[in-house]
Amino acid sequence: MPAPVIVASDLTKKYKDFAAVDGISFEVAPGESFGLLGPNGAGKSTTMRMVGAVSTRTSGDLRILDLDPNDYGPEIRSQLGVVPQADNLDVELKARDNLVVYGRYFGLPRKVVQQRADELMAFAQLEDKVKAKVDDLSGGMKRRLTIARALINDPRILLLDEPTTGLDPQARHILWDRLFRLKEQGTTLVLTTHYMDEAEQLCDRLVVVDKGSIMAEGSPAALIRQYSSREVLEVRFGSDRNEQVAEQLAGIGERVEVLPDRILVYSEDGEAELNHITELGLHPLTSLVRRSSLEDVFLRLTGRSLIE
Amino acid sequence: MSVLERTRRSGPLPQSLRALYAGNARSVMARGLLATKSTNWTVVVSGFFEPVFYLLAMGFGLGELVGSVSTTTGQEVSYGAFIAPALLAVSAMNGAVYDSTWNVFFKMNYTKLYQGMLSTSLGPLDVAFGEIALALLRGAVYATGFLIVMQVLGLNLSWLAILALPAVVLIAFAFASFGMAITSYMKTFQQMDWINFVMLPMFLFSATFYPLSVYPEWIQTVIQALPLWHAVELMRGLTTGAVDAGVLWHVLYFVVMILVGLVFTTKRLRALFLD
Repeated sequence: MPAPVIVASDLTKKYKDFAAVDGISFEVAPGESFGLLGPNGAGKSTTMRMVGAVSTRTSGDLRILDLDPNDYGPEIRSQLGVVPQADNLDVELKARDNLVVYGRYFGLPRKVVQQRADELMAFAQLEDKVKAKVDDLSGGMKRRLTIARALINDPRILLLDEPTTGLDPQARHILWDRLFRLKEQGTTLVLTTHYMDEAEQLCDRLVVVDKGSIMAEGSPAALIRQYSSREVLEVRFGSDRNEQVAEQLAGIGERVEVLPDRILVYSEDGEAELNHITELGLHPLTSLVRRSSLEDVFLRLTGRSLIE
Repeated sequence: MSVLERTRRSGPLPQSLRALYAGNARSVMARGLLATKSTNWTVVVSGFFEPVFYLLAMGFGLGELVGSVSTTTGQEVSYGAFIAPALLAVSAMNGAVYDSTWNVFFKMNYTKLYQGMLSTSLGPLDVAFGEIALALLRGAVYATGFLIVMQVLGLNLSWLAILALPAVVLIAFAFASFGMAITSYMKTFQQMDWINFVMLPMFLFSATFYPLSVYPEWIQTVIQALPLWHAVELMRGLTTGAVDAGVLWHVLYFVVMILVGLVFTTKRLRALFLD
């Protein structure tokens, strides 16, 4: 197996007494697509900043491309592509100039940067926006431009902090398509997200993070297998009755979870469980059988939803 | 070649300095030029005309009534020749301060420009040098234009006036470096307003429009501690040709200001974006 490109062991970041990241350990192999899944405030962005060599750790060990970011910040950053959570494109420059100028920050020759800028504008499907002002681009276009910018130095690792947060569904799908292509080309991706569909689409392997700690690790499918059932039955009896009805559902399915607005029944066969419930003389207002997702894994591990 | 090999070969800079400075300030400066070209050029043009208008209005309008004034060294000069070097110093200050305070404040807090720069291989000192160099270039362009206007109007009384150009760059460097350091500690617009609150009285009272000797002694001491007074005196000495050893003190004053500003700017950028 090739040497990992990121090794974090017992990585910790404290602000005064608060531990934003509390002793997490993980490794990322070259070419892998690795995800940090967790709710807001779980410590994902702080971890990304440490991996990006723009934040120093309080304790623990971290090696990026076999270098310690405390000593080799600039060298590490020159090998990374960074897509931050909030767009920080240069609004005083035109779209393509953003790429060229950014490439020059890495000290790359002008000729190389010019050529790559053209290729990347095409990759980001922004060929007709070369001279557009950044402020005139849509949210999805800005995001694609930011990703193109992050690729200008031909990075060995691409760090994406919540790449599709705030985008409409269509823009998200275009973006996922672009990221999937990068993955196919063998780019190492590290991304944070609080969308389980995003994690399922893009990640080979992920860690579930909550309150600065890792709750579980594995591929999306393995995590679902391990922490959830094949199917989930969602039933609603109305907000004031859910709690009360849930007591009567004891023994149905493998496990029952009560949320404020609905009851989740975990089972290998959702339809069969729904029949059991109606046989008990209970008639839910709505019912839905679906496959288990990472959302369920998260709920099982933390007792809370991902997006609150 | 692996990253590590490249790293170990990378030059003579000590480890601690390499983290701060990648030797690529020119890319930051080039970015500034490109941005100025596409958006900010009106500000640049207005910055040149401002002191010219002051010179015409006060030097000639008011100068008719005032007649001649004596400089610190006792030389009698026309009122226009008295205030022209002061206005040159003021324009150096204003250009540098505008670039290093409001511009920097926006880039730091709103457009997140420095955040983006510092996630590349650039260090905080590259950013500081690049931004300051841009302010200096602008200051030098203004100063050259203004010196030409002075020459045409016959207000350069000595060939030493040519040295006013490097002096302007020195003064602008000091104000830009110090201004950027102060701005890096500012968090709100209200705090930024304090900069204007300091600049305006400094502009009016630093022996800009009349000799320092009109003040009582204790006020003179206060004025002499301010950077603009040093700038005005330095400029006036060079354009009127009345230079003595005092010039060295003015130069030293600005060198210290530059160093203090750079140290704090670098420290602060590092704390803000690389901690």
